[in-house]
Amino acid sequence: MSVKSDEVAADKVSGDDHDPTSLRSRLDPGQGRRGWLLIAPTMALLTAVIVYPVLRAIYQSFQRDATLDPQSGMFVAGGFAGVENYTHWILQRCGDVACPTGNNAAEFYTVVYITVMFTVITVILETILGLWFAMIMNKKIRGRGLLRAAILIPWAIPTAVTAKLFFFIFAYDGIANNVMRANILWTGEQWPARWAIIVADVWKTTPFMALLILAGLQLISAEVYEAAKVDGASAWQRFTHITLPLVRPALMVAVLFRTLDVLRMFDLPYILTQGSNGTTTLSILVVRELRGAPNSAAALSTITFLFIFFIAFIFIKFLGASVTDDDPAQRKGK
Amino acid sequence: MPLKSKAFVATSAVSALILAACGGDDSGGGNPAADENIDSRGPITYVQGKDNSGTIAPIVKKWNADHPDEKVTVKEQTDEADQQHDDLVRNLEAENADYDVVSVDLIWTAEFAAKGWLQPLEGDLAIDTEPLLETTVASGEYNGKQYAAPWLTDGGMLYYRSDLVDTPPETWDEMMEMCSIAEDNDMGCFAGQFSKYEGLTVNVAEAINGAGGAIVDEDGVTATVDSPEAAAGLSQLVEAFENGNIPKEAITYTEEEGRIAFQDGELLFLRNWPYVYSLALTEGSSKVKDKFDVAPLPGTDGVGASSLGGHNLAISAYSDNKATAIDFIKFMESEESQRFFVTKGSAAPSFAALYDDPQLAKDFPYLPVLKESLENAVPRPITPFYPDVTLAIQENAYAALKGDVSVEDALTDMQAAIATATSGG
Repeated sequence: MSVKSDEVAADKVSGDDHDPTSLRSRLDPGQGRRGWLLIAPTMALLTAVIVYPVLRAIYQSFQRDATLDPQSGMFVAGGFAGVENYTHWILQRCGDVACPTGNNAAEFYTVVYITVMFTVITVILETILGLWFAMIMNKKIRGRGLLRAAILIPWAIPTAVTAKLFFFIFAYDGIANNVMRANILWTGEQWPARWAIIVADVWKTTPFMALLILAGLQLISAEVYEAAKVDGASAWQRFTHITLPLVRPALMVAVLFRTLDVLRMFDLPYILTQGSNGTTTLSILVVRELRGAPNSAAALSTITFLFIFFIAFIFIKFLGASVTDDDPAQRKGK
Repeated sequence: MPLKSKAFVATSAVSALILAACGGDDSGGGNPAADENIDSRGPITYVQGKDNSGTIAPIVKKWNADHPDEKVTVKEQTDEADQQHDDLVRNLEAENADYDVVSVDLIWTAEFAAKGWLQPLEGDLAIDTEPLLETTVASGEYNGKQYAAPWLTDGGMLYYRSDLVDTPPETWDEMMEMCSIAEDNDMGCFAGQFSKYEGLTVNVAEAINGAGGAIVDEDGVTATVDSPEAAAGLSQLVEAFENGNIPKEAITYTEEEGRIAFQDGELLFLRNWPYVYSLALTEGSSKVKDKFDVAPLPGTDGVGASSLGGHNLAISAYSDNKATAIDFIKFMESEESQRFFVTKGSAAPSFAALYDDPQLAKDFPYLPVLKESLENAVPRPITPFYPDVTLAIQENAYAALKGDVSVEDALTDMQAAIATATSGG
């Protein structure tokens, strides 16, 4: 958490004090080259693990998947496909006909809806709970260390383990049904299955939200609150007029992080329901397609990539714009 | 800040792409590697899923003691079938010579063979299939060639409560009539594996085959599931769900949930694999220790058609020491080794004579029943497009079992989806 607050602080400082051009003119000519040399290993590594796979996936998405040669019974390379792999998903075409139920492409739009639905619900719940937890953690109370540790535990547990725990909790004769004295098929019906996943996700990632928001809260100086108190502001007024506007930059970053994360969600639904009963996310669909048709899966993951990129763009352009603004603009925005 | 956020966006979205890039590309047909290293000998690596029964280490130790120059190293994968599949795909696709002998699930054989990754077992590498169960030999064939050697097999059996049922049902209708016994004892009647995963394909295939239908034609490509027989088979399951003969929670069951329910005395009949036998007999929590027995699966008229499970052994086309590899495979499927796998790991052997061995039949009373099950077994569709075919079956059968669509509509969609899958859609 300290890293985060340092970063935020560093941003402010560099924005105020330094003019980048003057800094550059102070360097001697050799320094630039040495700089390049120093970052070269990192760049090479990033190229190998990020740039190459991305380009490779995009290239693959324009190749047809291997087809079976009826004579030999062997697979032969499919060759150039044009945008066929993309129309397969977006127009849901399988060859010359519409994709039948039971084909991955037939599920595409349902899966987009499910993924967005998970994102909206979990991010809203996590933001509310996360803000609440962060404010509790920010209070100077006895046992604060213990409290913080307790809140952070779910985040420290690997997602696969969390998923397996909730799998047992939501089993038919599991704890959830026992405690609620219900006979709900948590993993066998549409909305119970979705809620099981939402509950597990919120349980697991609220601490992460709380952590990022806490970093933002700690930047707010106590003097501001004292001044407000002197002016007679109520607790609610202090929350809406001081805490919320000042924590907003950190909050927006946290929401952005979580949104992008949930859009890629794979492990929780995969372990809890294997994607059955309307819980298939885009990532699960990619992996499912990968087994049979890697090139068409590459097209789907490129679509997913563009989709997530688009959402992130909206965030930064329209919601995140005020993140970088100075205080006056923020007050104006309120 | 905006810069940082954008960089983050890029990296996080990129990871979704990386997933797909790992899939690799497509290999051509007629693999030239299949003509190389046929006679060479030397150390080899044997790859299989996690060995939960602890039988592989001692048997390989025995081989290594006898073959000091051709030592076998065992590489264990995880115990998740999908992960084993993906690990094999990655290594075979990369033409990795480190994988010499691989344990291949029946349903992957056609896919791997059609990719040219498996060495055809012919000529110097041919195996003697005479003493092996016929159905298991067929499970290693693709396009008329033997690509994988039968090793350990698996067949479904009907577990029933012998304290409540005197003679096990021989047909599905008989079993449904006996459900009144379950009702009187306040327990569920029948369950199998109906969660949406490979187990559902197994169970649906059994229902369809047991009623005289077929999912695909003998060519492994033409879908034939849109038939009255198939509809009758699937309807059996759908009706049983409707009238409660299959308890509603069974829609979430995989092998383990069903086994636990049976061991807790909550089920009268259970369709499951042989591994349940010893667990239900010996596990401390089992409430049915001396109250159960096994019978062949009931079909529409007479013994049902179990789906075949199990693993075969194949040689990678990229192996450097294929002569050693085939010797090791012959050693693994010899009567002696298979007897060891049965006695120490309660596995289902492919070596036919072991089922009639009086000593084994005494120690493992389910063997004669299992043999009957295996003799009547029908393999799941043998097709290089298996991943898509099984998806088409699961998706539509699941919707029908839940009552979301009618049996007829489900089968029409299943037919179309299988046809799309096998034409490479």
